[in-house]
Amino acid sequence: MSEPLLRVIDLKTHFRTKASWMFGERQLIKAIDGVSFDIAPGEVLSLVGESGCGKSTVGRTLTHLEQATSGRALFEGRDFLVMSPIEFRPLRREIQMIFQDPFASLNPRLTIEQTLGEPLFIHGLCKTWDEARAKIAVMLETVGMDPLVMKRHPHEFSGGQRQRIGIARVMILKPKLVIADEAVSALDVSIQAQVLNLLKKLQQDSGVSMLFISHDLGVVRHISDQVAVMHEGKIVEIGRKRQIFEAPQHEYTRKLLESIPRVKIGKEVA
Amino acid sequence: MTASIRALKTILRGSDHMALLEVQDLEIAVRTKGKLLPVVEGVSFDVDDNETLGIVGESGCGKSLTALAIMGLLGGTTVRITGGNIRFDGMDLLTLSEGERRRIMGNRMAMIFQEPMTSLNPVYRIGDQIIENIRQHQKMTNAQARDRAVELLSLVRIPNPSERVDSFPHQMSGGQRQRVMIAMALSCDPKLLIADEPTTALDVTVQKEVLDLMADLQTRTGTAIVLISHDLGVISETCNKVAVMYRGRVVEAAATENLFAELAHPYTRGLLNSIPVVDSDVDWLEAIPGRVPTLEEELTGCAFHPRCALVTKLCATIVPQETEYKPGHSVRCHFSGKVAP
Repeated sequence: MSEPLLRVIDLKTHFRTKASWMFGERQLIKAIDGVSFDIAPGEVLSLVGESGCGKSTVGRTLTHLEQATSGRALFEGRDFLVMSPIEFRPLRREIQMIFQDPFASLNPRLTIEQTLGEPLFIHGLCKTWDEARAKIAVMLETVGMDPLVMKRHPHEFSGGQRQRIGIARVMILKPKLVIADEAVSALDVSIQAQVLNLLKKLQQDSGVSMLFISHDLGVVRHISDQVAVMHEGKIVEIGRKRQIFEAPQHEYTRKLLESIPRVKIGKEVA
Repeated sequence: MTASIRALKTILRGSDHMALLEVQDLEIAVRTKGKLLPVVEGVSFDVDDNETLGIVGESGCGKSLTALAIMGLLGGTTVRITGGNIRFDGMDLLTLSEGERRRIMGNRMAMIFQEPMTSLNPVYRIGDQIIENIRQHQKMTNAQARDRAVELLSLVRIPNPSERVDSFPHQMSGGQRQRVMIAMALSCDPKLLIADEPTTALDVTVQKEVLDLMADLQTRTGTAIVLISHDLGVISETCNKVAVMYRGRVVEAAATENLFAELAHPYTRGLLNSIPVVDSDVDWLEAIPGRVPTLEEELTGCAFHPRCALVTKLCATIVPQETEYKPGHSVRCHFSGKVAP
């Protein structure tokens, strides 16, 4: 395998709860407790697990939204967890995040043009609005939207359309790594399928690496190359997609796979 | 009563006796900007003891409103029942007085809501909340009701029920809270249980436990269940019969095994094809194009026609009636059973 784009080594993120006036004692919560994985260029690694397993904290730690307690994370060989906010800034363009809630992740007061244009100027990818608008128009078409929507505000769009805009905002920066945290979980099944297809197509066409965080094993199987199953802050099993789904080794992985309700198609069940 | 409704009634009931719950031609509308917009149109189904009916559809299809209408919980909102009947155990629920309604709700008919985090009162102990419901409907002393609450908690497999009865909701996990909700719903041995997305907020392993628990309770008590879900997997595993809803109408209904043996409505097929499955690999999902039309958008003909691969002029002009596709399988489509080339 080639040099990984992202290498995470024994990452730990611990939180201390606040002491309440009544129950004293601050508690230590080990949200991530020694997680290691590699993502090769152009590959999709999924982190899958149930609520509270720490999968979202991994994404948040890797984007400096949480402070790591210990461990290292190398992006193209450089440890970026120890970087100061200023040192990290250039990497922010290359490591982008898609969030779960399409209703909360777009600024309601900005037009789509402003939402997509702002990062272009911040990262110095454009000098003039004409240049920016041209890029935005192309990007909107890529995510299956009419460039004419540029002048509108987020409230005019459905959940699926907003998630497309969220994806456009990320992809317009041509990142090398996209972290998608439950990016399709809030969508209805028929819309989820559209957005999932779009995400997979964009990933394949652009060759971006992706850390895909999800609780939905069906979605994970559809989009991943590698899968890591998390439980209580640790990765209990990691491997190629086929291996995890067809020959799961860990008891917890098997339990997860068995718990999924399945549609029984055909007459044999009658 | 039109022939098609009669056909559907025989389909969903199987015989001619009065079912426990009979919903007939239910019409619900929401008042916005002085206009009445229909949100549920001509929905009919029935459920009997020991049966689980699954209602499946995406957001905005009217499945939750149907449940709220049955429970009489639409009062005080801009949503109105504008037509049809709901009969429960021979009584017409839509003409009951407030007092009569109160005697039935929570007692012979109970509901479980989607959000276990917000449906319990955070400032009361869970035991007290269960006791309140029991004493509302049954002559029991506080001590007797408390014993019953402990018994119910152990029935829904809460560990250490005699201690946990004094817990506050925040001291329990999501799965436990949903089990408390089930215990509360079951506290007066209801004949009908309506569960609106009862496991959607839960993890898969917990979901399995809660669904198994509901099935187990049904075998013991014979309660009729209406299970509302967007998840075809959940419906397929737990229901005897299924009604698929799209934009306020039941578009396909049948016994579960008949429905999944042969999906006759293009929407049902599209819904199934949209789900990424865990047991096999596909390169691209067959997504349904477009989106569910909003309430404000006026539609002629079949509500699904703008997204349908089989669409013709007929679909865009005439609303398809319910027709019997196969015995025990009704479909609302001009081209039921046909697959796009």
